[in-house]
Amino acid sequence: MIQISAEADFMIKKLVSYELFGQTFWLTTTHVAMLIVSVVLIIFAVAANRAIRHAKPVPGVFQNFVELIVEKLDSMVKNSMGKNAYRFVNYISSIFLFILLSNISGIFGLRSPTADYGVTLMLGLITFGLIHYNGVKKNKIQHFTNLFKPLPLLFPINLIGEVATPLSLSLRLFGNVMSGTVMLGLWYGMMPLLFSLGIPSFLHAYFDLFSGAIQTYVFCMLTMVYVGDKIGDD
Amino acid sequence: MITGQDLILACSAIGAGLALIAGVGPGIGQGIAAGHAAAAVGRNPGAKSEITSTMLLGQAVAETTGLYGLAVAIILLFVKPLT
Repeated sequence: MIQISAEADFMIKKLVSYELFGQTFWLTTTHVAMLIVSVVLIIFAVAANRAIRHAKPVPGVFQNFVELIVEKLDSMVKNSMGKNAYRFVNYISSIFLFILLSNISGIFGLRSPTADYGVTLMLGLITFGLIHYNGVKKNKIQHFTNLFKPLPLLFPINLIGEVATPLSLSLRLFGNVMSGTVMLGLWYGMMPLLFSLGIPSFLHAYFDLFSGAIQTYVFCMLTMVYVGDKIGDD
Repeated sequence: MITGQDLILACSAIGAGLALIAGVGPGIGQGIAAGHAAAAVGRNPGAKSEITSTMLLGQAVAETTGLYGLAVAIILLFVKPLT
């Protein structure tokens, strides 16, 4: 007899509550997953720092790996930002590694932090701040008069376009990761036990690895395109 | 006996299904983008990596409208704002 449990389980779970300014807040699974991702990244960074500090002329496996990552990220930023790459390569590399690790953390049984809209909205807002900080720094007052550019009549549309940037950025990342999380949650919850043994590995490979890597690349690429659009090429 | 609550839940499920019709557009758009990228690689195999990254960027932007539909469907199904 095949038993189907109708318990799809993929929502954010509340773990610990605390009071702040008269409001009740919750520490959720997102915080735990983000903490684990951050700790893993920090340990990796410390290990990489030690490996590079004592770099050997003939690199070992780990040193090779670190050099490969840095080289790839460097060339990715340089290809799309040109001369300004040195100012942004640190930030872009950091969020690239963070989002990538967050997206593929679904494989290790965590609930991906990027499947929480709070996380992706913050990433989008950081990009928003970066865009306008650099825009004001480069174009001074022209940054705002550009909103009236082709016609003053188009000001509302331009304004909506500016505000929609972080929303579409964050919704894109959230939607892709969340759709994978929902699919896998439905598969694990709705299918009989027999089907949840080997088959989900393909789903994990597609939704977590492939889709996650593509969306990471797209998020960083779009951030660079938007910022590079404001500061120009020189 | 169907209560108002049940009716709202049923209509939310139907609405979530309808919202995912939004997936048709991005599918067509991404297919066109991939097809043209394949044609471009065929014409100029040397520029493969550049073409691929441009294609992925365009497809990701085209995907946004579909994801709006997905967000609406998820909100209707799991957040249940109308009940």
